[in-house]
Amino acid sequence: MQDLQFKPMEFINNLHYMGTGMLGIMIVMGIVICSIVLLNYLTNRPKKNKKDGE
Amino acid sequence: MDVLIQNFAELDWRQPVMWLIGAILIFLAIHKEMEPSLLLPMGFGAILVNIPGADAAMEHGPLATLFNAGIANELFPLLLFIGIGAMIDFGPLLSNPKLMIFGAAAQFGIFFTLCLASVFFPNIKDAASIAIIGAADGPTAIAVANVLNSKYLGAIMVAAYSYMALVPIIQPPVIRLLTTKKERRIRMEYKAANVSKLTRILFPIVTTLIVGMFAPNAVSLVGFLMFGNLLRECGVLDSLSETAQKVLANLITLFLGLTIAYQMQAESFLKVDTLLIMGLGLIAFIVDTAGGVLFAKLLNLFSKKKINPMIGAAGISAFPMSGRIVHKMGLEEDPQNFLLMHSIGVNVSGQVASVIAGGLILNFFL
Repeated sequence: MQDLQFKPMEFINNLHYMGTGMLGIMIVMGIVICSIVLLNYLTNRPKKNKKDGE
Repeated sequence: MDVLIQNFAELDWRQPVMWLIGAILIFLAIHKEMEPSLLLPMGFGAILVNIPGADAAMEHGPLATLFNAGIANELFPLLLFIGIGAMIDFGPLLSNPKLMIFGAAAQFGIFFTLCLASVFFPNIKDAASIAIIGAADGPTAIAVANVLNSKYLGAIMVAAYSYMALVPIIQPPVIRLLTTKKERRIRMEYKAANVSKLTRILFPIVTTLIVGMFAPNAVSLVGFLMFGNLLRECGVLDSLSETAQKVLANLITLFLGLTIAYQMQAESFLKVDTLLIMGLGLIAFIVDTAGGVLFAKLLNLFSKKKINPMIGAAGISAFPMSGRIVHKMGLEEDPQNFLLMHSIGVNVSGQVASVIAGGLILNFFL
């Protein structure tokens, strides 16, 4: 119990973690989304018929 | 005769309270069928370790040995992640990757709780460990609290797993409070896009690389999860994939529940700190749910094709319960409203996002 405190200002002081954390997740997830879109695009392209190419 | 009754004299009032808590967990597991594979071993374990003088709870007893062998070094959670990875079909997500953004939004509760917990806990690492309960993901919560060396590991584990099991009770009222009946009835068409086998194989590898580069402290978590998924998708290790999904996951779950209960000894559990952690964990789950729902409502303001905001709530991870709950709530409002593929897609993205959140928390405080 003696380890606990009540310092409401700490909420404000640590808000930057909230901003950085959410921004970080959004950026990483955004990159994962882009990579999935790219993977889908690259692996679903219709294969060229060899004869058409010749 | 004294020998027979001497143990009764050593009984502390807190121990019967813990028996009662154990009995409630067993009741919820059997009668309400809430996450029985976890709550039943935890409930029984809570009774086991609170019998005065019981060998099971001793320093070198079987539960302490299991704890040191499997939890203290993060082994059990990581092995469980292989099983979870093998169970997850990322297909709905890969065919509609935009859903991942909801998984990210639903991690808001973690960072909100971090700020809130810092009001009460002077050590920011303890506050961060408590906040990660909001990942709704047992292995991530254990790994983060362990690496940050939080002294509240036991309470955090119990809160994380209990609330995951209580997702069917926690989420529906929050979702109903934040949505109108009309919003809950929004139908979402599902068009399964063609996802190639190569994409399914490359996805776990690419995701591990991306997450690892941004959050190196989460590599073991995301790596084991994605390794399990690679076993599933590679197509040449079906037997290993099946073993990971069933035998491995069941064995680890069996020991995990009992081992977590080792931390439920009355003298360390029935304290104000623990109750506060349980309260903060609940807030984390509620704010996560609200974050996902409100983010979906925000997107609806700008998009022509309306999204059912309930699917945002599935982003809290807690796979697959959360996805199923959203689907069930959709059916309750409109029997023809099938949200399962969308909600499961968001749910698996929440699984990935929670690991990233754990990695970012570790990046902040290590």
